[in-house]
Amino acid sequence: MTDRPLTQNIRSDGSPTFLERYEANGGYAGVRKALADMTPESCLEEVKNAGLRGRGGAGFPTGMKWSFVPMGEKAGPGHKYLIANADEMEPGTFKDRLILEQDPHQLLEGMIASAFTIQADIAYIFLRGEYVLAAERLNQAIRECYEAGYLGKNILGSGYSLELRLHKSAGRYICGEETALINALEGKRANPRPKPPFPQVAGLWGRPTIVNNVETLCNVTHIISRGSDWYKTLGRGEDNGTKLFGASGNVKNPGVWELPMGTPIREILEEHAGGMRDGYQLRGFLPGGGSTDFLTEQHLDLAMDYDVIGKAGSRMGTGTMIILDDRNCPLGMVRNLSQFFGHESCGFCTPCRDGIPWIVQLLDQFEQGEATHEDIALLEEKAAFIGGIGNTHCALAPGAMEPVNSALKYFREDFERHVTEGGCTYHRAGGRH
Amino acid sequence: MPQITIDGKSFDVQAGGNLLEVVLGLGLDLPYFCWHPAMGSVGSCRQCAMVQFQNAEDERGRIVMACMTPVTDGMHLSLSGERARDFRADVIEALMVNHPHDCPVCAEGGECHLQDMTVMSGHRERRYDGLKNTHVNQYLGPLINHEMNRCIACYRCVRYYQDYAGGTDLAVLGAHDHVYFGRHQDGVLESEFAGNLVEVCPTGVFTDKSLVHDYTRKWDLQSSPSVCVGCGVGCNTAPGERYGRLKRIHNRYHEEVNGYFLCDRGRFGGNFVNSDIRLTRSGQQQADNTFVALSREAALAKLAQSCGAGQRIAGIGSPRASLESNWMLQAFVGATQFCAGFGPEGAAVRAIASALKGGGVPSATLQEIEAADAVIILGEDVTQTAARVALALRQTVRNKGLEKAAAMGVAIWQDAAVRNITQNDCSPLIQLMTASTRLGDIAQETIALSPDDIARYGFALAHALGTGSGVTDMSAADQTRVEAIAAILRDAKRPLVISGSGCQSESVVNAARALALALQQQSELTRVVYAVPESNSLGLALLDDHPVSLRELSEQAQRGELDTLVVVENDLYRRAPTDVVETLLNAVPNIVVMDLIETNTIERASLALPVASFAECEGTLVNAEGRAQRYFPAIAGKPDQPPAWSWLADAAAASGRQALAGLNHIDALLQAIAADKPVFAGAAEAAPGAGYRDRIGLKVARQPARYSGRTAMYADKTLHEPKTTADEQSGLAFSMEGDNQSLPSALQPFVWEPGWNSNQSLHKFQTEVGGAMRGGNAGVRLIHPHDGTLADATALPAAFSPRDAVWWVTPQYRLFGSDELSAQSASVAELIARPQVSLSPADAARLNLTPHDGVAVSVGDRTVKCRVNQDAGVPEGTVGFIQGLPGNPVWASGEQATLERLPDFARPPEVLARDSEVAHG
Repeated sequence: MTDRPLTQNIRSDGSPTFLERYEANGGYAGVRKALADMTPESCLEEVKNAGLRGRGGAGFPTGMKWSFVPMGEKAGPGHKYLIANADEMEPGTFKDRLILEQDPHQLLEGMIASAFTIQADIAYIFLRGEYVLAAERLNQAIRECYEAGYLGKNILGSGYSLELRLHKSAGRYICGEETALINALEGKRANPRPKPPFPQVAGLWGRPTIVNNVETLCNVTHIISRGSDWYKTLGRGEDNGTKLFGASGNVKNPGVWELPMGTPIREILEEHAGGMRDGYQLRGFLPGGGSTDFLTEQHLDLAMDYDVIGKAGSRMGTGTMIILDDRNCPLGMVRNLSQFFGHESCGFCTPCRDGIPWIVQLLDQFEQGEATHEDIALLEEKAAFIGGIGNTHCALAPGAMEPVNSALKYFREDFERHVTEGGCTYHRAGGRH
Repeated sequence: MPQITIDGKSFDVQAGGNLLEVVLGLGLDLPYFCWHPAMGSVGSCRQCAMVQFQNAEDERGRIVMACMTPVTDGMHLSLSGERARDFRADVIEALMVNHPHDCPVCAEGGECHLQDMTVMSGHRERRYDGLKNTHVNQYLGPLINHEMNRCIACYRCVRYYQDYAGGTDLAVLGAHDHVYFGRHQDGVLESEFAGNLVEVCPTGVFTDKSLVHDYTRKWDLQSSPSVCVGCGVGCNTAPGERYGRLKRIHNRYHEEVNGYFLCDRGRFGGNFVNSDIRLTRSGQQQADNTFVALSREAALAKLAQSCGAGQRIAGIGSPRASLESNWMLQAFVGATQFCAGFGPEGAAVRAIASALKGGGVPSATLQEIEAADAVIILGEDVTQTAARVALALRQTVRNKGLEKAAAMGVAIWQDAAVRNITQNDCSPLIQLMTASTRLGDIAQETIALSPDDIARYGFALAHALGTGSGVTDMSAADQTRVEAIAAILRDAKRPLVISGSGCQSESVVNAARALALALQQQSELTRVVYAVPESNSLGLALLDDHPVSLRELSEQAQRGELDTLVVVENDLYRRAPTDVVETLLNAVPNIVVMDLIETNTIERASLALPVASFAECEGTLVNAEGRAQRYFPAIAGKPDQPPAWSWLADAAAASGRQALAGLNHIDALLQAIAADKPVFAGAAEAAPGAGYRDRIGLKVARQPARYSGRTAMYADKTLHEPKTTADEQSGLAFSMEGDNQSLPSALQPFVWEPGWNSNQSLHKFQTEVGGAMRGGNAGVRLIHPHDGTLADATALPAAFSPRDAVWWVTPQYRLFGSDELSAQSASVAELIARPQVSLSPADAARLNLTPHDGVAVSVGDRTVKCRVNQDAGVPEGTVGFIQGLPGNPVWASGEQATLERLPDFARPPEVLARDSEVAHG
């Protein structure tokens, strides 16, 4: 059998796998098994034992997250919800899209198994608005599930019922934050909520709710159908399972690949992404999307595991790398990212709302040759203020400051040069800025 | 009691609170914006940061937002350490990035929380040198000015407007550093409580438009402790004066009456004081119906002569006149010759006074309203008649959610978290109403009933809960509904019964009394609220134990037994049908009318005497809960415009009424009232008398220490410093001399502390943040209910059934328009509703009314043509008619009206083209 469960139905021509072929490839075995032979408790044990960690970026253990959901009478009267977070908006990240567009049933199967585990009776897919093709294919897959009896009342005669709906987001990066997503789903502003209470206890409409990333839920599909012991054999390093890794930037073969957890960065970059394009040198990379700290050449032999990357001073995040080369200005890259994050700030708390635009304004001054050496200190000071843990209402601003802080650490000479040379020298060298 | 350590010092503090309120309660200064004592914490501004250490050894600690951090025993914290201070300086610096720094031209300047917090946080120099974001301002109506560029995005306005006050037309729009706090488009703010934005906004985004247009620096305002005259709730206010004009009215905190908020009638309605129709001089009417101005002395001589020996006199008091003036008039003319001067609500108001005294159930304080776990409203549209109560009820219905949150271990001040848990789950609020109300969105059920049926439901509910004889002839459907409501009320631990004089029905009040009594058998925490329409309605009912009706007075006059009629602060044409008033006035040779403003009754006066308004004199009002409260002048009174009681005291002296002649000082007058009517014994204690001196031996200063002074005031005309006006009637002075600390609340004219120039300084005057005032709760409750009984007259009205072609008039009210005085405020006048009648859709269909049709409503020989409001909350066979609108006749509840369709009455003119656009289609 394949050791790439997440992409086993992905075909090189990009054509989607719908129900018939999905089932032919062994699909929905997990759901059949869970509903017929397992209990919510044993499903939870399986996921816990698998050591699955959330693939949305934070890497929180999925089984532990689920175990906070009140079960049985403790849940009180009313609904429980499972939500697939398909609001993939992290810069440089396009891994969930692959599954959503080409193997929608893999997600649906994971959602049904997960919803059964927490005994949710309503599930939502919260989909990034721009993923139009994914929406079409998910809707077809959902229709097929209802027709085949995988969704609706009394699924496969098990007595378990689940309604599942697709919700297309109006489009904000912050909707990737689970409580902002819940607010958006309720028709409110997509501002993150204060915690506690955590969504597991009081989420959508005040009821127990689990929000998981698309890739996380797809892992559940295989953990249930093939067991946690099998799953644990997939990783190469500290963490279990496989992961969709990606690379973008001036590499020869940008893309996304399913690889074992713990695959070394160098292997991803050189073997799968094909190395740097001719004439470009690696200067650094954001290992897990736009909101992670730069790492550099010295980190290439690290394994892509949550804790390994964490110890190196960055985060594995979504596992999709953005590569910085020697012909592009790191300040320009950071400015571009900061402008994105500043624009995506919900506007709720001060450091994020009014601080990030200040970062952009300062970086513009460097770009235009109007910055002084004091401005480097000011930039550092403001980045520390905006990015400090606990300084802001949610994690958007700290994430936004990760590339800024690490650029100041690794590319300080570029900042100095912008001051001494009166602006960006990359323009003059003909690079993109 | 938890012990916490702040910067090395230990403090014993209250458990359960958040760190910010605890720190402020300790008297320490910690800057903040988004937190509000009445609205709790959300953690958006990040200004109140402190550093929390893990233990005494931890030297690094972590930044926490004080407002979001529960106080726990053994906490180690830093408030003034460098890290905490630097972080707060960073926050204020970020908040000021886009602020326009237009303090010199800002209406908030000098009373601005943002200024205070900026100074407190130590932000002095601007380092951001990029462009500032700018916004377009909106027209939000005549009450509130909008200057969005000043916004620091603390979210208080939307949290107040939407979450606290239930408004839907002010929102946060946009995102990131382009968040915009306003409406989807320009337009009048819909909430009846929008004015509180002026005080909730920490800077100058939302300001008082009437102040902006008649501007004075806020530190130049001379203020007094006062009481709102807009309705019977008696909210405490602080009117501010400059150059002899009322400039603004601010909330004056009273934890049992109004807390932090006022309604817009109260905040903006007081401007009638400045209106052109104020009566400023005494006058004598001539044969040609013109008035000749009289000096005070001449007017007094005329008054004394009209009321002198041998003159047969009668008096008509007023529910909008002070206790002092009403009592003096009653004493002056004699109780048998004193008519209270109520309108059609009189019988219901008297039933309320009786229910408060003998109904056995205490009236609810503001906190008790907000603590109730089930509410039933019998026929009172409180949003329109006792608005502050409606705002409180929006908090009441949250109790179910608060309990749910508490069960999850979430503190009630965690506002956003609690609301996420609660969602739309409300404690039960049930309305038995003659029309839809603005509380429909939080009501579990609103049942459309005529006043008589409301009373029948009330008695049936009381019976279902074990009191009274019940209603035998109810339909099965009604019985089922009564049972369902009774089941809800039976579960309540703190039930609240709300009614009032709005239906103008004794039966409704007595039914509420019976229901409250029944509920009290199961819970001693049962409370009642009876709304009354005017500032002293209840005081007048308590005073007038010998009711004389206008009709009786009229008969007396027609028999030729009256020489002089003295009318005090009452426009009789608003109290009774025109023919009734005319008959009376035509039969009396001498009519003396004292009033604040020119009215139709003044036009009929032989002698018209101007009197002081609430802003220019001292007096006592008894609010709907039975609390005597004193108001004091913010504007120095003029000798020509004394309070009505003063005219009468002087006339008594001049006409040989020795008993009253000496009562020319309010303290003596209050003693006389207490001696005469024991129920008012507490009224004398409602505020300290004129002998009050503060701890340094001075009277209370009405002017803040920062007042620009009298020399500056008239410097364009004279540099001589005018003498201060003496205030012999009270313990307050028209001066800035006095220390204004440790004052009794009843004398507290404003709040101010060094470094806290806005009303946010209030916590410095409270025993704990959001708690009672250090100076005690102002006013004295006059009524302490003992064993309750049912009303003497509990006759059950017959069930209402619609009749062919005849409609039963039910009274309706509007916050803007139903009240006489506030309607004379220029800004409120812009918001007065056009006359309309409300009809059930079924009746509208019966009359074949299209949306553009109006109706001609006739009662007797009066006909009013107006628009139609189709309202499914109006019972069939009834027609809702707005009371008190300028020009509307006095049609009491239960009048029989006929209706005639007026085709196309309200069709808007067809616009073919405008300057700015071309009409389509």
